[in-house]
Amino acid sequence: MEKLIIHRESCKGCQYCIANCPKSALTMTGPINSAGYMTTEVDGDKCITCGICYNVCPDYVYEILEEEAKA
Amino acid sequence: MEKRRSKILYVDHKFCPGCGHGIVNRLVAEVLEEMGEEKGAICAVAVGCSSLMPDTYGVDIVQSQHGRAAAVAVGIKRCRPENMVFSYQGDGDALAIGFSETMYAAIRNENITVILINNNNFGMTGGQMSPTTLENQRTTTSPYGRDVTLTGNPLDVMKLMGTLDVAYLARGTMTDIKEITKTKKYIRKAFEAQKNKLGYSLVEVLSPCPTNWGMTPLNACKHISQVVQTVYPLGEFKGGGK
Amino acid sequence: MTRKLMKGNDAIAEAAIRGGCRFFAGYPITPQSEILEYLSWRMPEVGGVFIQTESEISGISMVYGAAATGARAFTSSSGPGFSLMQEGISYIASAELPCVVVDVQRYGSGLADIFTGQGDYWQAVKNGGHGDYRCLVYAPNSVQETVDLMVSAFDKAEEYRNPVLILTDASIAQMMEPVEFPELKNHNQDALPWAMNGAGDGQNKRHTSIMYYNLDYDNYLKNKYDKIAEKEQQWEEIQTEDAELVLVAYGISSRICAEVVEMARKEGLMVGLIRPITLYPFPIKAFEKLEKVKYFASVEMSCLSQMIEDVVMASKCRPTYPIRGGMKVYEAEEILSAVKDIFAGNAKEVY
Repeated sequence: MEKLIIHRESCKGCQYCIANCPKSALTMTGPINSAGYMTTEVDGDKCITCGICYNVCPDYVYEILEEEAKA
Repeated sequence: MEKRRSKILYVDHKFCPGCGHGIVNRLVAEVLEEMGEEKGAICAVAVGCSSLMPDTYGVDIVQSQHGRAAAVAVGIKRCRPENMVFSYQGDGDALAIGFSETMYAAIRNENITVILINNNNFGMTGGQMSPTTLENQRTTTSPYGRDVTLTGNPLDVMKLMGTLDVAYLARGTMTDIKEITKTKKYIRKAFEAQKNKLGYSLVEVLSPCPTNWGMTPLNACKHISQVVQTVYPLGEFKGGGK
Repeated sequence: MTRKLMKGNDAIAEAAIRGGCRFFAGYPITPQSEILEYLSWRMPEVGGVFIQTESEISGISMVYGAAATGARAFTSSSGPGFSLMQEGISYIASAELPCVVVDVQRYGSGLADIFTGQGDYWQAVKNGGHGDYRCLVYAPNSVQETVDLMVSAFDKAEEYRNPVLILTDASIAQMMEPVEFPELKNHNQDALPWAMNGAGDGQNKRHTSIMYYNLDYDNYLKNKYDKIAEKEQQWEEIQTEDAELVLVAYGISSRICAEVVEMARKEGLMVGLIRPITLYPFPIKAFEKLEKVKYFASVEMSCLSQMIEDVVMASKCRPTYPIRGGMKVYEAEEILSAVKDIFAGNAKEVY
C-alpha cells in the first residue's frame, strides 16, 4: 500500500503540485513551515499516488513510499 | 511504484519558490541515475543562480568563470572521456558573456551536454536584461521595455546552432507535468548522445523566474506558455530522429 | 643524454611533455605561437590533448577543467592574451588547483610590439587577477633553464596546489641554444586527492573557491604563501661578496648584466649581480646578507621599471636606481655607463 509523504519543511508554497494534481487531492491548508511558507495537505481518499506532484515539485517535497517505510 | 528523492539531491537547495532550476536539477539527477551514469558524472556549473549548486548537488562540480562553463566542461571531458560531463548554465551566462565558448563547443562538436536554463533575464544579479529577454519585456536595465532597435532581437540559440554539425538540440519547458515529462526525455536523449559519442548536445529549458518577473510561480508558468513559447518554440531541433 | 639545438618555444613545449603534461589548450599569439605549432603534432604522439581554442579565455578555462580532473595542464600566451587569462588564473588559484601558464613577454601595453620586453612583471608577480592569491613565478634566462623550470613547474604546482607562471620573453623563446631534456615522465591523474572522476559511492567533490568552506581562510591563505615565500626563493649571484653596487636583473637583461659585471670589474668597479630565478617569491634572502652594498640598480626592459619596487623592499630601501630599457635591447656599454653615473653620484634614485 503506497502513501504520499509530504516533507513540509522543504516546501516553498509555489502550488505547482496543486495546479497539476489530476484528482485535486492537494490543498494549501497545511501548517506554515519554519521558513514561513504555507504548505499542502493531501486528501488520502482522493490521492491515487500517481506521482505527478513528485514530478512537478521544484523542492522535492513529495515522496511516495510503501506504507511500512518511514520517510 | 515508490518515488524517492534522488541521492544526488542530498540537501535542500536555495532556489526561489517556483524556480525551474529545482525541477531541472531533479530531472538531470533522475536521468543520470536511470542511465547508471550518476557515479561518474561531473558538472561545470555557471555563474548565476546555478552557483547555488555546489552546496547542494551531489555530483562532482567545478565552479566555472562567468560564461566559461562550456569550455571548462570540454577540459574535463577531454581528460575524462568516459564520464558524463555536462555544463549547467543560464541564458545570460551561456549567451552573453559565454557566447563564444558556447558556440565553439558546438562548432567543435565536443562530446559534452549543455543544460541551458532560459528565464529571459540575469536572475542572480537582480533581473537585468539578457540576450533572451523578450521584446518589450521590462527588466531592471530595460525599464521601458526592451527596445530591439537599440539592443537587438532576442537570441535563439537553436536557430544559431541549427547550422552546425551537432548531435542533439532541444528546447523544453517545465510549466506542467506534460512539459516536464517531455523535457526529461530531451535531457535523456542529450545524455544518450554523449554516451554514444555522437557529439554535442544542448537542452534549453524555458524556466520561470517568479522573483524577477514579479509574478507568482503559477502565473510565471502561464507567461511561459502564453508568451515566451511564442518567441521560443519548443521541440527537438536536431537529432530528434523518430 | 643527447644535447640538441632547439628554439626556446619548442623547448618549452617539449619540456612540458617530458614533465608529464598531456593537456594543452591555447591560442596563437606572437612570440609564442611555436608552442602551439610544436604541440599540435607532439601531443598526439604521446596520446595527449591539444586544443587550439577560440580565445585565450577559453584556453585557461579548459586548463581549469583539466586540472580539476587531476591532469597536468598548461597554456601559454603573451601580453594581451595573458591579460585575458587573469580571471581564469584567479579561479584556479582560488580553487587550489595546479596548472602552469607560460607568458612569453613582448614589449608594450595595448596591442604592443612583438619583440622582447619585460613589462608583464607587475601583472605576473603582483597578480593580474582579482583577489588575494599569488602565483609562483619563474624567470628563466636560457633555453636550458626554461626546460628545467618548466619540468619542475608541474611538480611545484601540484605540491602547492597553485598556478605556476613561467615568465620568459621573446628573445629567450626565439633563440636557439643547446638543450638536454630529462626522461619522458608519465603522470597518473588518479593519484591526486583532488582529482575528479565522478562522486562514485562517496561524497562528491567540488572545486570552487575554498573561501566558502574554510572558516579560517584569511590565516590559511597567508600561511600558505608565507610557506612558499620561505621555501621557494631561487636566485643566482655573481660576484656579490665584495660588491659595492649590485645589479638586479632577470631573463634576457640578466645575460647582458653578467657581461656588464665582467666589464666593470676589469675597470676596477666593484659590481655584482643578483639574478632572481623566482620573481615570486622574490629572493629577499639574497639581499639580506649584502649589508655592505651601497647601491642597487634594477635593470629591466621596462620604461616604468616594474621590478625595482621589489628591489627597494628587499634591500630595505637602500639607494636603488633604475636602469631602464624599453624599446630596444640594451648594449652592455650602455648599462656600464649608467653604472658609472651611479658611482659618480650623477644618477637619480628611483624615489
